[in-house]
Amino acid sequence: MAYWIASSPHNHIQGSTPALMRLVIYATIPGILAQWYFFGWGNLIHIGLALTTALVAEFTVLSLREKKVAEQLFDGSAMLTAVLIGISLPALAPWWISVLGALFAIVIVKQLYGGIGHNPFNPAMAAYVMLLISFPVQMTSWQPPLALMSIPLDFSNTLSVIFTQFTFDGYSLEQLRTHVDGYTMATPLDTVKTNITLGLTISESMNNPVIGEYVGEGWQWLNAAFLLGGLFLITQKAISYVTPLSFLASLFICSLIAFLVSPDSNASTLFHWFNGATMLGAFFILTDPVSGATSVKGRIVVAALAGFLVFIIRKFGGYPDAVAFSVLLCNMAAPLIDQYTRPRTYGHS
Amino acid sequence: MESVIERIEKGHFWKFHGGIHPPEMKFLTKDKPIRPLAMPPELTIPVQQHIGEAGKLIVKAGDVVKKGQALTQSLMPLSVPVHAPTSGTIRAIENAIIAHPSGLSELCIKLTPDGEDKSIARHITPDYTSLSKHDIIEKIAQSGIAGMGGAGFPTHIKVNTHAQINYLIINAAECEPYITADDLLIREHSTTIADGINILDHLLEPAFILIGIEDNKPEAIKALQKATANNDKVKICILPTKYPTGGEKQLIMALTGKEVPSGVLPSKLGIVMQNIATCFAIAEAVIHDIPLTKRVVTVSGRALEKPQNVWALLGTPVEFLLQQCGYPEQQRKHIIMGGPMMGFSLPNTQVPVVKITNCVLAPSEQEIPNDKHEVECIRCGQCADVCPSQLLPQELQWSAKANDQQQLETLNLFDCIECGACAYVCPSHIPLVHYYRVAKAEIRQQKQLDIKAEKAKKRFEARKARLEREKLAREEKHRKAAEARKARMNSGTEQANKEKSAVAAALARVKAKKAQTSNTENVENKELASDQQDKKSQVAAAIARAKAKKQAAVQESSPAQTESQPPTPENNQGDENKKAQIAQAIAKAKAKKQAATSQDTEVENHEELNEAVKVAPVDDKKARIAAAVEKAKAKKQVAPEKPSELDTDKTEETAATNSPADDKKARIAAAVAKAKAKKLKEKNPQSAPTTVDASTNEEQEKEVAITPPLEASEEKSAQALDKKARIAAAVAKAKAKKQQAESK
Ligand code: SF4
Ligand code: SF4
Repeated sequence: MAYWIASSPHNHIQGSTPALMRLVIYATIPGILAQWYFFGWGNLIHIGLALTTALVAEFTVLSLREKKVAEQLFDGSAMLTAVLIGISLPALAPWWISVLGALFAIVIVKQLYGGIGHNPFNPAMAAYVMLLISFPVQMTSWQPPLALMSIPLDFSNTLSVIFTQFTFDGYSLEQLRTHVDGYTMATPLDTVKTNITLGLTISESMNNPVIGEYVGEGWQWLNAAFLLGGLFLITQKAISYVTPLSFLASLFICSLIAFLVSPDSNASTLFHWFNGATMLGAFFILTDPVSGATSVKGRIVVAALAGFLVFIIRKFGGYPDAVAFSVLLCNMAAPLIDQYTRPRTYGHS
Repeated sequence: MESVIERIEKGHFWKFHGGIHPPEMKFLTKDKPIRPLAMPPELTIPVQQHIGEAGKLIVKAGDVVKKGQALTQSLMPLSVPVHAPTSGTIRAIENAIIAHPSGLSELCIKLTPDGEDKSIARHITPDYTSLSKHDIIEKIAQSGIAGMGGAGFPTHIKVNTHAQINYLIINAAECEPYITADDLLIREHSTTIADGINILDHLLEPAFILIGIEDNKPEAIKALQKATANNDKVKICILPTKYPTGGEKQLIMALTGKEVPSGVLPSKLGIVMQNIATCFAIAEAVIHDIPLTKRVVTVSGRALEKPQNVWALLGTPVEFLLQQCGYPEQQRKHIIMGGPMMGFSLPNTQVPVVKITNCVLAPSEQEIPNDKHEVECIRCGQCADVCPSQLLPQELQWSAKANDQQQLETLNLFDCIECGACAYVCPSHIPLVHYYRVAKAEIRQQKQLDIKAEKAKKRFEARKARLEREKLAREEKHRKAAEARKARMNSGTEQANKEKSAVAAALARVKAKKAQTSNTENVENKELASDQQDKKSQVAAAIARAKAKKQAAVQESSPAQTESQPPTPENNQGDENKKAQIAQAIAKAKAKKQAATSQDTEVENHEELNEAVKVAPVDDKKARIAAAVEKAKAKKQVAPEKPSELDTDKTEETAATNSPADDKKARIAAAVAKAKAKKLKEKNPQSAPTTVDASTNEEQEKEVAITPPLEASEEKSAQALDKKARIAAAVAKAKAKKQQAESK
């Protein structure tokens, strides 16, 4: 009778990496729902496109690399990447944007670097930045919240815009983005930035319809939903609170200092927190363990750096949002930060 | 220090980094009393059950032993004996698989119990304070007690420390899931344990005794509190349940807030830790004189029908334990000795229980599945969060997979206590500890190899250095010898002259006297002259005489022949005036030579004849070589010829006996000289190999020449000379050959 020979420890937590990934994907659901509610079907369609592309790409590459396809294909990491890409793209971007993005993320950023666990950059964010740099027009044509749109947009029309650039009635994306008052609507971040260059104060900008009631029509709820999902992940111990806390705190400190120095040209912390991809970045992207720092100390440093960079780029940079850029910059810095934030081993001084 | 105790009294403890909360699973066994087991059919007692050296076997197959009888004897300090757990016959002493992660086979004593369980006589000592500390320690050692918590370090070593002990920590944490052996032992035998603690108190005299116990054992805590109430040094520290609180370093941290520096023993910090089961064994040994032959083992796991704690005799096969607890055939999948976190899988069920076996775990398939779905590390860092040693398990894992030994050591791989917390939480199911074990083994092996290589290198280098040194020393010696020669030839001229002139003067005087007085007076005069002169000149005279004789016999065509010849017939007469005549001849020869080679007076006087006779025409170098050879010869002759000063007759005899030897010597010298001359002619004298050869040759000659003076007898001297002659001849021949070869 042969007994199993195993190495200790023999027992193990129930959780596993695929389960963890799935949990993270589930946690994006509130955000996706908010996105669907305020911005329509666009992102859901992109998520579907990205998911399909990512799985096909992953399957192909894994087969080529002679890996255990079945096991790794559904380990959730490719799916999570695809979901994050789908969420972060402008809702009405053409279909090939998400296909390209997913392809790039999986094939180049992830698999060419050795597959899961070996990619130095967050695949979703790397894809996003690549797209933003290569196709600036498509990547900055944000759809305004449905509530502000003069032309209603249903599912089939959204699908039509994504695949043909026009609705069935012939409206172009540009027309869709036009406010009833005749100007093109931008994201709140964009609006504030442009207004500052136009000499308007922050409080004047806050009256813009895209800002809405609080700090950004639609966007604020979107961020709140991601915050909710993130908190759920923390309660599930899927992510540690360290990274989001450090990131948000850093953003808070930077924006507070700026606000105190010049309240007229600097938006409030709340504006920063609840606009753009802040919450998505804080809970879903910066917490990506693969491309982040490993030690707790390292993570605090990386997240704080990310918060700082987000603020700097939002304030002084040429691009409206900064999460993707700062995440990539932090990914680059992570190994170095790791090097300097090794914990002191017990019994060593 | 006070604050530590204050904190403890308030129930405040420190936190060690990391830790996990695996399902405890202690409920399976913790409410059932410890069951004494029936006698197993056979016991397999490994000779070594602890860290350190195995004891020496003192029984053989066929011996009948009694319960408690020692089966091995500890000869080394780091060894403890094993004892017969029951009475019976030793069936065999052979290799069997022992309880070790590697499934090693080691020497085991197979004992067939006779069922009578007859014990050897015991000496119960109710009052251990009547024993000296040394006796107590001896008793502990002789009872075979080794740490029962896991490592199995011989206990008597640990309690025999001379360091000032602040804290004696009793480890009752029992943090591994499933295991309740200590819990039950405390509950059932708290008074004996308290005795054990008091004995340790008596031995170590600590300032405080801290019993670390996790809060999931309320009944044990109560029992301990009751049993130790009379010792105010004892503080029962109820720690929050967290794995691995029972780790030595973690428990020290939790109780005292002190970190044991890497590579340092806790006793350096004034801390000694003992397992609670060891305390029980100590009390049994010291007070009841019962050696360590049984222990409580938790037999647990969902595959068993009746999981429980049992009193198992050491050597009981695991199979027997499992049978007693109901282990259905279809459930037999996996057996772990030890807990689920740090235990190891057993290859079969014949493995015996040993001193460190605290648990035998037979999990069901659902409980501990055999799935090895290792996926890639996602750098989630959870492993680092739980590592009590504050290591970076994921980085260790990468380095281990890459076999980067240097990086592994920088990451302090050897501070890993293999607690398994990291692998427990790893979502990628990476068997991290397994990788570390392999890496550690590899590094250890590499170090061993390195040490070996280093030793070989050292040996090689030492040899090289020695050869180099010897070469230098040789060269130095040669250089010095050459310098000395030169010095004597050049700067030492005055002394040589003086000596020479003294001899000459003496001889002249002798000659003059001889002309005036009779032969008998001559002898007296000679003696008188000898007394006046220094020893060396006397010897020189004797040598000169011998040489003169020899030359008379051998070198007929030499110019000195005529002068040398006359002494021979006189010698034959046996008359004493012969000597005077010889001296006369020498003096004459010398005079002649001096006339001829007045610039070359530096050559030592005993050589002069030789020089005058045959060496003079040869070139300067040759002369020097010959001179060296002659010097060596002269030295040798000093010893045998010493008696000549006292007894002339004897001198005569000596001279006579020496003459054949001298003869030979002369021939050898001639051969050497000839060979050298040849060489010099054929070869450039400045060429390096030749010079070295020549000097080596001289060296050899000198060495041979130096030995004889130590010997008193003439025969020996002759023998030595003979040898020398042969050597010289061989050397000469070899040289000649070499030169032939070279000239070709
Ligand atoms: S097994 Fe080693 S590396 Fe893993 S948690 Fe324990 S001490 Fe840390
Ligand atoms: S817990 Fe496992 S997956 Fe996570 S960092 Fe450690 S080794 Fe990698």
